[in-house]
Amino acid sequence: MKVSYKWLQQYVDLSGITPSELAEKMTRGGIEIDIVESRNKGVSGVVVGYVKEKQKHPDADKLNVCKVDVGTGEELQIVCGAPNVAAGQHVPVAVVGAKLPGDFKIKRAKLRGVESQGMICSAKELGLNDKLLPKEQQEGILVLPSSLELGTPIEQVLELDDEVLELDLTPNRSDALSMLGVAYEVAALTGREVKLPQPVIADTTEKTNDYVSVTIESEELCQHYSARYIKGVKVAPSPLWLQNKLIAAGIRPINNIVDVTNFVMLEYGQPLHAFDADKIPNGQIIVRQAKAGELLVTLDDQERKLEPHMLVIADQSSPIALAGVMGGASTEVTEQTVNIILESARFAGKSVRKTSRELGLRSESSLRFEKEVDGGRVIPALNRAAALIAELGEGLVLEGIVDQVVAASEPRKIALTLEKINRMLGTSLSGMEIRTILTRLGFDFEVNEQEQYTVEAPTRRGDLLYDVDVIEEIARIYGYDNIPTTPIYGEVIPGALTKPQSIRRELRKRLSDAGMLEVISYSFTSAKHTTLFPELAPKTNAVKLLMPMSEERSVLRTTIVAQLIDIATYNRNRKNDSLALFELGSVFHTAEADLTTLPTEKHRFAALLTGNRSSAGWNQKAEAYDFYDAKGVVETIAAALGISELISYEAAQPAQFHPGRTAAVVLAAGEAKQVLGYVGQLHPELQRAADLQDTFVVELDLAPLYEHASHDIVYKALPRYPAITRDIAVVVDKSVQVGDMIAAIHQAAGELLESVQVFDVFTGERLGVDKKSVAISLVYRHKERTLTDEEVTSLHESVVLTLEQSFKAELRK
Amino acid sequence: MKEKLEALRTEALAALSDIADAAALQELRVKYLGKKGALTEVLRGMGALSAEERPVIGQVANEVRAAIEQVLEQKQQQLQAEETNKRLREETIDVTLPGRQLPTGAVHPLNKVAQEIEDIFIGMGYSIAEGPEVETDYYNFEALNLPKDHPARDMQDTFYITEEILMRTQTSPVQVRTMQAHRGETPIRIICPGKVYRRDDDDATHSFQFNQVEGLVVGKNIRMSDLKGTLLQFAQQMFGEHTQIRLRPSFFPFTEPSAEVDVTCAQCGGSGCRMCKGTGWLEILGCGMVHPRVLEMGGYDPEEVTGFAFGMGIERIALLKYGIDDIRHFYTNDARFLTQFARM
Repeated sequence: MKVSYKWLQQYVDLSGITPSELAEKMTRGGIEIDIVESRNKGVSGVVVGYVKEKQKHPDADKLNVCKVDVGTGEELQIVCGAPNVAAGQHVPVAVVGAKLPGDFKIKRAKLRGVESQGMICSAKELGLNDKLLPKEQQEGILVLPSSLELGTPIEQVLELDDEVLELDLTPNRSDALSMLGVAYEVAALTGREVKLPQPVIADTTEKTNDYVSVTIESEELCQHYSARYIKGVKVAPSPLWLQNKLIAAGIRPINNIVDVTNFVMLEYGQPLHAFDADKIPNGQIIVRQAKAGELLVTLDDQERKLEPHMLVIADQSSPIALAGVMGGASTEVTEQTVNIILESARFAGKSVRKTSRELGLRSESSLRFEKEVDGGRVIPALNRAAALIAELGEGLVLEGIVDQVVAASEPRKIALTLEKINRMLGTSLSGMEIRTILTRLGFDFEVNEQEQYTVEAPTRRGDLLYDVDVIEEIARIYGYDNIPTTPIYGEVIPGALTKPQSIRRELRKRLSDAGMLEVISYSFTSAKHTTLFPELAPKTNAVKLLMPMSEERSVLRTTIVAQLIDIATYNRNRKNDSLALFELGSVFHTAEADLTTLPTEKHRFAALLTGNRSSAGWNQKAEAYDFYDAKGVVETIAAALGISELISYEAAQPAQFHPGRTAAVVLAAGEAKQVLGYVGQLHPELQRAADLQDTFVVELDLAPLYEHASHDIVYKALPRYPAITRDIAVVVDKSVQVGDMIAAIHQAAGELLESVQVFDVFTGERLGVDKKSVAISLVYRHKERTLTDEEVTSLHESVVLTLEQSFKAELRK
Repeated sequence: MKEKLEALRTEALAALSDIADAAALQELRVKYLGKKGALTEVLRGMGALSAEERPVIGQVANEVRAAIEQVLEQKQQQLQAEETNKRLREETIDVTLPGRQLPTGAVHPLNKVAQEIEDIFIGMGYSIAEGPEVETDYYNFEALNLPKDHPARDMQDTFYITEEILMRTQTSPVQVRTMQAHRGETPIRIICPGKVYRRDDDDATHSFQFNQVEGLVVGKNIRMSDLKGTLLQFAQQMFGEHTQIRLRPSFFPFTEPSAEVDVTCAQCGGSGCRMCKGTGWLEILGCGMVHPRVLEMGGYDPEEVTGFAFGMGIERIALLKYGIDDIRHFYTNDARFLTQFARM
């Protein structure tokens, strides 16, 4: 909503308040003013002039030489190129020294050898928005009414000496979609009075009833329909004052009839429609729902196919307007129109909203109906418009209103108490203060000795339903700044993170401290991403958005790794080749093909390593990431959560992973074993498709980790007796898994074996085809005494024996 | 004999003056002062001396020994110093070459900000609640006093999955879920950070996926002044102790009275700059007293308890805090962007 400061002054006294002060006051009062804009875009020194004479330029076909009087007594010679310039016109003249928008200074000039002492201006040259100009002003110079005094500054004539406040309204404040609504707001904020228009309709003998009849068939969608008949109008351009106001509000002037309906809509917030009465047989108006297949050509000359839910205004046979949305072409007011039926009605907001959306027709009118118009203004707006049309169109308003009321709107009564106001706000307002504020708001109320109030919320404020709505009104007029600032009284409760929350924080901290970058990827992805890693999203369907913005973002992610691959590719394209990324987030799984219940949101951890672990420097060589870095990430997490002993790794071949370099991460709790996820290298084909080097990924379910993680640290006494270390090197088949060997070693050596560390693994021709050498260091220790060499030797021999028997290991000497 | 000793001193000192390394020095020490050294050799003739001469010669011998030892000692120290200097010279490195840093990663800036907000509220006695990102229409809208066809639904363009299931457009559904979980018990003091989704064409200031932090307090006698107190405390911890807040009346369907909250611009301190567009204030959150309809749907009697709620965009705060010019950076995850947040 655009509000002209000058126009607003008609309804409320603004003396002593500048436009920017008003904007600040309104913003702090709850109606945000986006911008305060001057209507003058840089015009000065332009005055009303009179073209006394026009002659062809001697050397230029398209130019005219005019003699112009600007009221100074001196006759100016001005060369003008506009085709519509003519002797006898009043026009805006930029005299020498004048300025036009764009910092354009008018100087004495010679045009094709003829001196020109200024410039005759078009509306556009005066900074008016082309789109808002009436047709006749869009081309050529602006022709002004002859009643204007010569020499009058054009700023005054076009009311450019005005500022426009642009309101950014919240959905509850549709009452401010009108000048009067804004006036009520300003009056409440400033403690001043609202001045309402007082339309006067001259008495006549002819009755509206004899020319118009109204039947409401769809009572649900039309609560009120009223009409007047205006006879004998002359359709013509509107006077300047009316055009100026519409342009300031961002509406294009059309003719005096349409302009009045728009003017009154802006004034009262009540959209109106004028029909050419002679195009409606017998003046019979029916408000009904459209019939299936009915067609209507709307004012924009488009043929609209109507649906049965749409509300129409119809004559006896067919629709003539889409109620509240747009008029029909057949009953449009044209230059030939002489009699008018003027409509002022209250249509159901929901219906107008639906119709205007479906047809893509959103107008100033539909905008207001959608938010429900004030039932109290249907008749005043009708009268105001009728009186103005009569005045400007020289018509005669017939006696009486055809008024069909389905449901009258009554002020809503809301009860509240002083005690509740103060309890809610934390204030200590007095009854006196409350009464002053309610009066300023223009709310009628009753109050008893217990300071219990019954407030009548005016019909213009349809947003006031509950006591708290009135409390907000009181609070904002009192001033939010004046509400005290207090601490909460009452029970002290400790704040804390839950176990899952602290686990996620711990992981985030450890992994970032260890050099990894945390990412946040999109939850929306493409359908093909959701099926990329079936083992990470078993037995799930992708959750699809009804109306996605693009195919790439059409379904909910089922894995995080698929998103991390995109991030890695994005980075690689920007030469960020070495990455260690991780993400903590949800994936969305469902067994349903069409969702009827919410999908399962699984918390996941995912990581991606690609490129080099350390980059080449002056003192080090580059080292590429490998599988064991990714596995190390999982091991680090398990260790941090105190569950290393529950986790094992089993070679696995999930789809899209490198079949020889991938492990399932298995958590064993008691008898139950569950796969938490996978760690492995991406399949080389996938790497190629994603334009990535060797890339290692992890994705794990977090829920089991939340369950088994333990923050209890139990101290173990430091060893008091020395340990004995024995190394062992064996040659085994390549296919033998060292993890199995270590498990067997533990089994064979028992409790006295304190730790096992693999310190070398290699292959080579010397060892034989498909053989590898594994070197392991074993540490033996007894908690309560020093082990003897013999004891260790005997244990060690059983270890060797086990390896020889179970893995066909050959001891290397 | 005295002459011999004097000659020995002269010879030894001359020899010592030419010495250039520790090995040669040691050799000379043995040669002159060792058990089979020249001095011992000379002194072996002492027995042939008279009783009068013996102490005289003895004293001379001692003087000669002391003189040689002194020079030896000096020489030794000098050589050691030279050797140390040589070593230091040889070991000198270019200290301007880069060091070997411990690896540094980074927490995502949005989580960094979210954790900071969480910590402030945990300190104020809040717990952290969580809710699903895929929500029902009921929790996202209806239970928040936004019935179907409510014009305020226009404020948020929603990603629907079915007619009844959608991507949450706000973290506010957690309000009602939390109240229902508390089954009428008070007090409630929670915040809920999380991802939300709205149909918005991505540009420098809009992202269809973003993060909010919701706050909810329900109890007996919770007042709007408490809301102001809470938000002031938060703002001062988050943006600096001199930060001020101001509330402007606004509208949210689930709070009444409602307000938008501005904080004094951290950049200029309120005098007006480019960041705050000259106003001195930055809008950071929306808040209000929990609407009685919402309390009812959460299972509370609005005549018995009151509450306040607030919500803020984490991206907005991160943009302001770090001076980031484009919201899309948060989701493209360029490593060069992310590594900038490796600091405390």
